[in-house]
Amino acid sequence: MLEQQLLNALTLGSVYALFALGFTLVFGVLAVINLSHGAIFMVGSYAALWLVSHLDAPLWLAMLGAMLLSGTLGLLVDVLILKPLRARNAPHLTPMIATIGVGIMLTSAAQGMFGAEVLRFPEETLPAGEFIVGGVHVRALEIAIVAIAFILMAVLFTALKRTQLGRALRAIAESPKAASLLGINVEGLFHVTSFVAAALGGIAGVLIGLDFNAITPQMGQPMLHKGLAVIILGGMGDIRGALIGGLFLGFAEVISKAYLSSQMGDAVAFGLLFLILLVRPSGLFGRVLERKA
Amino acid sequence: MRFMPKSIALISALACAGVAQAADIKIGIAEALTGGAAQYGVAIRNGFQLAADEINAKGGINGNKIALVIEDEQAKKEEGINVFKKLIFQDKVLMIFGPTLSNSFFAAGPVANAAKTVVFGTSVTANGITDIGPYTFRNSVMESDVLPITVATATKHYKLQKVAVIYGNDDAFTKSGYDVFKKVLEEQKLPVTTTETYVKGDVDFKAQLTKIKGSNPDAIVCSCLAEEAANIMLQARGLGIKAPFIGGNGFNSPKLFEISKLAGEGTFVGSPWSNTNPAPANKAFVAAYQQKFGSEPNQFAAQGYDALHIAAAALKDVKLSGDIAADREALKNALPKATINGATGPFKFRPAQTKTGKPGGWDADQKPFIYIVKGGKFTLYDSK
Repeated sequence: MLEQQLLNALTLGSVYALFALGFTLVFGVLAVINLSHGAIFMVGSYAALWLVSHLDAPLWLAMLGAMLLSGTLGLLVDVLILKPLRARNAPHLTPMIATIGVGIMLTSAAQGMFGAEVLRFPEETLPAGEFIVGGVHVRALEIAIVAIAFILMAVLFTALKRTQLGRALRAIAESPKAASLLGINVEGLFHVTSFVAAALGGIAGVLIGLDFNAITPQMGQPMLHKGLAVIILGGMGDIRGALIGGLFLGFAEVISKAYLSSQMGDAVAFGLLFLILLVRPSGLFGRVLERKA
Repeated sequence: MRFMPKSIALISALACAGVAQAADIKIGIAEALTGGAAQYGVAIRNGFQLAADEINAKGGINGNKIALVIEDEQAKKEEGINVFKKLIFQDKVLMIFGPTLSNSFFAAGPVANAAKTVVFGTSVTANGITDIGPYTFRNSVMESDVLPITVATATKHYKLQKVAVIYGNDDAFTKSGYDVFKKVLEEQKLPVTTTETYVKGDVDFKAQLTKIKGSNPDAIVCSCLAEEAANIMLQARGLGIKAPFIGGNGFNSPKLFEISKLAGEGTFVGSPWSNTNPAPANKAFVAAYQQKFGSEPNQFAAQGYDALHIAAAALKDVKLSGDIAADREALKNALPKATINGATGPFKFRPAQTKTGKPGGWDADQKPFIYIVKGGKFTLYDSK
């Protein structure tokens, strides 16, 4: 059964990583902890569900649509809320509190539009098919989830390392002021980052919605807590950290449920997190006050 | 709520038509009409409305009409307490039906009991509900009455050797269901391969189910609410688990199969009510419910419906004085003797067996129906 549990952990961990990636990206570039990321994750899930059930869109199109919508939402949050706060040099806590408000608004809006009950993707829209490899039950859906998560992460990595855009983003992460003096369009890249981060959050929402088949207005809240834990563990603003941290949390949760007690899942995962932070207070990849992305 | 001769009541009713009438019997309904337990709460409220309409159409109780004061307790403890205080002290209702979940009943029930007001649960099956005090009543058939029969029937049908258990450990309802299951499995000497838990709001059960799969049980005993149970069934089938499920009262919702589709085939569950029960009282209830609400009733609607008829039966023998405290006391004394033949079959109360030895309230004395799930539907089990 260990193999099966490892697969469970891999699926869960890669979605955590995908979620945390957007979260940490915004922190790395904008230096804002965007607490509406959980709600945007939830919006992604509902958007895909709506596209699938109302417009009969195929799943891949619904995923794309969900990414676009949640990305746009992230962009709006940046333009309408974070930008004015930046312009006024608001203290660090202000944007964080403002994004809590955005989260509450989005959650209430979803509740108003879709109701509080648990919604699900219609059965026929899910990728069917499952096979057995060495005693492990693998659903096509799980393969798709892990593949999509890793492909998106690989794309993001490459983009950050190899493209002009990525270099510019890393420059901003070092120092927005210096980047702006070098002629980089800092505001424009803030918008791009917000869009990409929210789109990643949105697709994570679709994947979780597909895997566990339960979409509720509150689904972003536990995810937000876990995402926060992941990026603290990985080192705030560090992309590799979000990946490793996400997988770590997924594995810690599943393995402790499997081999200790199912009541202990979160306790063990967060206990380990605490221990790691005792040894490395800046997280696995964090370098205090040196660089953020 | 003054008692008056019929003619005066009629005149005053005519005089102040549209205004709350003096001869109305005000009855509080506190159910979860929104939130996670709304699927139960709304069905219960419908049952009450149907019963109240019927009783009022036949001229009320000794000429007094029933007026329901309906409040939403949102399946939250704090909200339950607020609503109870409003109904008891502000609306001055004669008695309260509700709340929907055992959790809320444990919070709000003591408020009513302390105010010497009858509180009558229709859907609260947790252990110890009627330990709260002598003013607590319920017609919810308890898990401890249903589960031994459910487990024994399933064991016989599937020739079960060993079972796995999964339950929600932070919810009064699913936890107390588990406690009863545990006791029943011990009594019936059915070995348990592994016991797994989850918490409210969990949507990922794969780690627990993989563990269950590894222990290779003949069936999975599940003390869960319908939403969670449906997800557990789907994820179990996704992991290749073929064992059938045995469920508690939380399974008694059509929602279970709306969500799980055919993943729940072969599930055994016990219920105090059966929509296929051919007794005339039940047939009349099912037909009237469909006509009024345009949907199939469920167990919770049936129990709400019966509960108001039980209260009405008791109120027939009560002379209302208009003094709210005295009337509440009189109702409390009359209620234990009430019997009806309702949608859930013949009903009577029996005194609660309290753990503390203090005087407790009153529990239902009724026999359950056993179902097996076939084609995504509850089918009355026929043992032949």
